[in-house]
Amino acid sequence: MIKANNLFKWYGSKLVVDDVSFQVAKGEVLGFLGPNGAGKSTTMRMLTGFLPMSSGSVEIGGHNLVDEPLKSKSLFGYLPENAPAYADMTVEGFLEFTASMRDLSGEAKRNAVEKAIVTCHLGSVRKQSIDTLSKGYRHRTCFAQAILHDPPILILDEPTDGLDPNQKHEMRELIKRMGQDKAIIVSTHILEEVEAICTRVIIIDQGRLVFNGTPAEMRAKSAEAGGVTIRVQGVQKPELTAVLERIPEAGRPIEVKEVDGALVATIPQQSEKSGLAAKIKAELDRRSWAFDELHTNSGRLDDVFRAITSLDVATNQENN
Amino acid sequence: MKKTWFIVKRELASYFNSPIAYVFLIIFLLLSGFFTFMMGGFFRSDEASLTRFFVWHPWLYMLLVPAIGMRLWAEERRMGTLELLCTLPLSASQAILGKFFAGWIFLGIALLLTLPMPITVCYLGEPDMGPILTGYIGSFLMSGAYLAISGMTSACTRNQVISFITSVVVCLLLVLVGFPPVTNLLLKWGASSNLVDFAAHLSVMFHFESMQRGVLDLRDVVYFVSLIGFALFSTNIVLKQHRS
Repeated sequence: MIKANNLFKWYGSKLVVDDVSFQVAKGEVLGFLGPNGAGKSTTMRMLTGFLPMSSGSVEIGGHNLVDEPLKSKSLFGYLPENAPAYADMTVEGFLEFTASMRDLSGEAKRNAVEKAIVTCHLGSVRKQSIDTLSKGYRHRTCFAQAILHDPPILILDEPTDGLDPNQKHEMRELIKRMGQDKAIIVSTHILEEVEAICTRVIIIDQGRLVFNGTPAEMRAKSAEAGGVTIRVQGVQKPELTAVLERIPEAGRPIEVKEVDGALVATIPQQSEKSGLAAKIKAELDRRSWAFDELHTNSGRLDDVFRAITSLDVATNQENN
Repeated sequence: MKKTWFIVKRELASYFNSPIAYVFLIIFLLLSGFFTFMMGGFFRSDEASLTRFFVWHPWLYMLLVPAIGMRLWAEERRMGTLELLCTLPLSASQAILGKFFAGWIFLGIALLLTLPMPITVCYLGEPDMGPILTGYIGSFLMSGAYLAISGMTSACTRNQVISFITSVVVCLLLVLVGFPPVTNLLLKWGASSNLVDFAAHLSVMFHFESMQRGVLDLRDVVYFVSLIGFALFSTNIVLKQHRS
């Protein structure tokens, strides 16, 4: 549904987006990750046609964004960063305005506005002017605007920003539900969100695409992934270390710590798919050592995120 | 066309939802009354015409119209709603025309509210209706030209104060190049009379004056309309450039 081909964006002599290509199909929720200032918002703004790209092309539902802007723009709903909305309008008035802009009228318009108000829980503030709303309500008003016309594509720039934990949870459920029959791009820097809703992740760092895969694949890139953690009782530390080090599948360094009178050991794997956990269990069983914990680590997203994005982006401010 | 109309409706509602509309209307009516009666010596002139009323309009608009025009785009940019507007399925010209016409209709409403003025003149004497009618047409066209210019400067910045000052200066220039004291000064400084004449023809004063006298010349109308067209066209370019 969305196809970004070799997007570049220069601000003056500064390259902000550097050869980014990806696709999003129907039924996919794509998590768009990256440190602040990595070019996430700039890329989204190019996808929605707000910023012209320096080179490259965008296809929305098979229509070229530059050649057929109106057709393309009618196919998506967009929640910009910071959820802007006309402050002087009422929630209902604002939604009716955007519905008219989406070529809805009469009964269809009323139904669309009503449905969006119900979906986003805006019933209690529908007659209120937007500048009197709290951040959470304002955010949901802008979100309502994006889903109003039931578009096949949603582009959401930090959709849970400024929401309280309950609202965040609800927003994620909503996105997940809508993701079943829409193509959705969600930018975020909250990693738990990626786990919760995304079927695929791309990471962009300093304007470059550095990762494109599923959350599971991303986790697998972690140094911890595939390693095994055990918790053993009634054994001395040197003894346990010696046994573990003799297992050929175990990588280095093996870490053994004493926690609350028990030994907790973390053993990285030597190579992928080595069956490390089974080997360790066999060794422990052979010696009849009691263990109350043994599991394979799945890796942590934030480790991977830190590993593949650079730290010096604090000075690399996003333009505009 | 329909979408342009929706923009017009939204914009007009937003004028009247905020105090701007009422403050503007009251100040406009007070000032135009003040200038006509106190500064213009309406009663002393002892003639049943609105010359004393219209003659102030180029100056009055110079201060007041940029107050309306300055928010057209600067406000959208500051609030971030420009991003929303630009990603809705509507063309740039629809948005620009919609916002312009909303402002122009609003200025038209302000002008209509001065109707007690000609009614008073009619009550006091027997004025020639021609100059009054063309005066109103000219005044309305001139306000549109000022508005389009302030809209253009508004598109350049997110700061409304900068937008206001720039458009006042541009409008001031358009008035001054045709203002007799200035043209006389230019002639005294040795500018060729052709050049001064050319500059004066670019001025709103020149074109508005003939309309005040009751002459509805197509050339004057074309002048105002093309000034508006040029400013709106520039707005489009500025908006596009500003995003890249």
